[in-house]
Amino acid sequence: MRRRVAITGIGVTAPGGIGAKAFWEAISAGRTATRTISLFNAEGYRSRIAAECDFDPAAHGLTPRETRRMDRAAQLAVVSAREALADSGIADSPPEPDRMGVVIGSAVGCSMSLEREYAVTSDSGRQWVVDHAYTSPHLYAQFVPSSLAAEVAWLAGAEGPATVVSDGCTSGLDALGHALELIREGSADVVVAGATDAPISPITVACFDAIKATSPRNDDPATASRPFDRTRDGFVLGEGSAVMILEELQHALRRGAHVYAEVAGFATRSNAYHMTGLKADGREMAEAIRHALDDARTNPEDIGYVNAHGSGTKQNDRHETAAVKRALGRHAYAAPMSSIKSMIGHSLGAIGALEAAACALAVEHGLLPPTANLHEPDPELDLDYIPLHAREKRVDAVLSVGSGFGGFQSALVLTRPERSAA
Amino acid sequence: MTPTAVITGLGVIAPNGVGTEQFWSATLRAETGIRPLERFDPEPYPARLAGQVADEAFDPRAHLPGRLLPQTDRMTRMALAAADWALADAGVDPRDGDGFDRGVITASASGGYEFGQRELQNLWSKGPEHVSAYQSFAWFYAVNTGQISIRNGMRGPSGVVVGEQAGGLDALGQARRAIRGGTPLIVSGAVDSALNPWGWIAHLSTNRISTRECADEAYLPFSPRACGHVPGEGGAILVVEEAGAVRRRGGRCYGVVAGYAAGFDPVPGSGRPPALRRVVERALADAGVAPGEVDAVFADAAGSPDLDEREAEAIRAVFGPMGVPVCAPKALTGRLNSGGAPLDVVAALLSMRDGVLPPAGPVDRAREDYGIDLVTGGPRPHRVRTACVLARGTGGFTSALVLTAADDRVTGGAPAGDR
Amino acid sequence: MTALTLEALVRILRESAGEDEGVDLGGDIADTAFTDLGYDSLALLETLGRVQRDYGVTLDDDLLATAQTPRQFLDAVNEVIAAGV
Repeated sequence: MRRRVAITGIGVTAPGGIGAKAFWEAISAGRTATRTISLFNAEGYRSRIAAECDFDPAAHGLTPRETRRMDRAAQLAVVSAREALADSGIADSPPEPDRMGVVIGSAVGCSMSLEREYAVTSDSGRQWVVDHAYTSPHLYAQFVPSSLAAEVAWLAGAEGPATVVSDGCTSGLDALGHALELIREGSADVVVAGATDAPISPITVACFDAIKATSPRNDDPATASRPFDRTRDGFVLGEGSAVMILEELQHALRRGAHVYAEVAGFATRSNAYHMTGLKADGREMAEAIRHALDDARTNPEDIGYVNAHGSGTKQNDRHETAAVKRALGRHAYAAPMSSIKSMIGHSLGAIGALEAAACALAVEHGLLPPTANLHEPDPELDLDYIPLHAREKRVDAVLSVGSGFGGFQSALVLTRPERSAA
Repeated sequence: MTPTAVITGLGVIAPNGVGTEQFWSATLRAETGIRPLERFDPEPYPARLAGQVADEAFDPRAHLPGRLLPQTDRMTRMALAAADWALADAGVDPRDGDGFDRGVITASASGGYEFGQRELQNLWSKGPEHVSAYQSFAWFYAVNTGQISIRNGMRGPSGVVVGEQAGGLDALGQARRAIRGGTPLIVSGAVDSALNPWGWIAHLSTNRISTRECADEAYLPFSPRACGHVPGEGGAILVVEEAGAVRRRGGRCYGVVAGYAAGFDPVPGSGRPPALRRVVERALADAGVAPGEVDAVFADAAGSPDLDEREAEAIRAVFGPMGVPVCAPKALTGRLNSGGAPLDVVAALLSMRDGVLPPAGPVDRAREDYGIDLVTGGPRPHRVRTACVLARGTGGFTSALVLTAADDRVTGGAPAGDR
Repeated sequence: MTALTLEALVRILRESAGEDEGVDLGGDIADTAFTDLGYDSLALLETLGRVQRDYGVTLDDDLLATAQTPRQFLDAVNEVIAAGV
């Protein structure tokens, strides 16, 4: 019999809410956390807005030494992991260290620290032959972002399989998919899994400026992220992390753990089309959705909620709507769908884990988070996008989808634990 | 029955040889690819040697369409070429079919760092409007997988893992998972390059880089004179397929991915033993192979005495003192980050094919107290049916892969070596 | 500021987006669609960035949506250059 996988702990560090509880309150209230960039002076940039975390590492128990060692992405991951571990109560009946794994997704790794180090060692870009005399002793750990998984493994005392998954903007979903495989195949009983990114630094803002992917609505940052709206004009960059405790179901039930949801199915496909572009037909994402449903042994009709990629670019929202229709058929119109990027922005590799956390909490609370700022629906997009206000609905199975540079298309299915514990 | 994953195609781009046979013959001749840095003036830095792919040996313009050149970092150009060679070697036409039955799973360590440094320089010295549109993906860790997928129309399950040096084996482990999950073909492996000044100072910050000036003295894994390592660039891309699919199309195969395991070292200071020994034991158990059946170990070969000692200890503990020949061909290439372990996998498969083990380059002998049978001096004739490849990544990432020779039961056809 | 010529545009395209082996950029291409010349939206964004920097102009985001050929691109850019914006 196939081993099943439960979510038994959730930790979230998000714009507008640090901690899973604050995160859930913010997104279920439809509150946006997008604002003028404060992490650096963005004057002169096309898009000067972002969804930033009000994050003070010291207030979350990180020592000055840890703060120096870790990039902001690592700090966000460690704080979320600590919350998830505590929430799961795993410390009371811990698995053998080598039965515990770590999978952390991240699209751009420690890019914020790398840019800071670059500026110092190059004399603000004046020298190509950068000066090693000014190098931080932590530079290598930032250079190779597997350090993100290492930090979480040290925190958790995990000695099983550990890795970083870096599939662009599907990294978060794919990290959870990878963790699901590790538990199913028996390589681990518990996996600390999630994703983190802290990309709000000049080079990342500039590169999205260059391809005009981000919203230039600088005069009204709070309403700039407008997925599915006729007036949408790009995504709003975000940051954050979500880490969950994934656990073999019997292992969780034996120790009496609270199960938020079951990770029931996952699949990923590639569009083999373009590094940044999407074909309008959504064929590959639809394939990923179909295979994730198969993997979860779930029918399209069982899906009670779709958490959209919903980045708010013109092409994404069309692509995704087409993909969901292609995969779910007529049921696409009956499955409410929303994008929490309307509130917490697009935190690249982290967002898939944040969205999966939102899905688990939606299952738990019987409440579907809304798409904020959706006042004027795009007439070309005709699904039910849960505009403005959260909706009460008991759901047994939810689908979260993601799309990433490089052509990655991923889908994850979570199910309600009562249904599965039988 | 669980599908069997076999390796059917090799694409090699290594400092001591571009192309599988070039690499292999150079390796058997103990010809090094370690030279003074050529891509920038290394004079200001304490370490000046690197394993470099020579411009004469690899001209990207000869291998890639002009449209791809401005948008790719050096490591991506090398990866795309190596993927082409691996597919051709496997006899696979990437244009066949709709591509959903083919995926790409590679490892990356530092992304396209040279491209990234150039764009950072544009940004910091001239302003944000000088940053290239390609910066949105050309430097990031997923770029090699994405570009290989696009170039070859591969729409199946794809991904990227990062585990420093260990990541190269993790990609192959993940490829095997995808094969077992029902995808018939995965392009896997890894190619890394960060031999630009900014990448160089990142390496230097580890304090594990050899500062010796002579190429034959700088990187001496397991030697009494070991003094750190030399970074290098390149790696290998491999085609991994489901054995039944290979049999049906009458393809040949180099070997079977028979076992894989990964683990992570305990928190520093915990006093608990490192992960390597149990990871090797788990990989062997996964392959259903006893330690005595292993014909060769391809070592991580870190080149720093503390790490060499730990690896020797684990090898001794699993295989017994002097219990198995140990190979360290990376002494001839430097450590290639995520590209290193896939290149070792290639060397292990070619050892099986040719019945010969490659020497550890300039290392004349292993430290006696290590108790390992390091292959040195010249190639050693040896029948290899089972090989174990080890890799460790900075921070504690530890992986092991077990390869076995393909017999008729696996593919029903001739092994790749029979020509 | 001098106007952008076809010759200069071809040079910028070559440098910033490379050249498709199946296309002769030296030929009569003014009215050939960019897509037929092997250039996608990303290539044109990179080209647009270069033109903005080299010619000191700020071009509208919508320019690429309407300029489908080199001639249309040149006309749109040169209109802005002539206006001295």
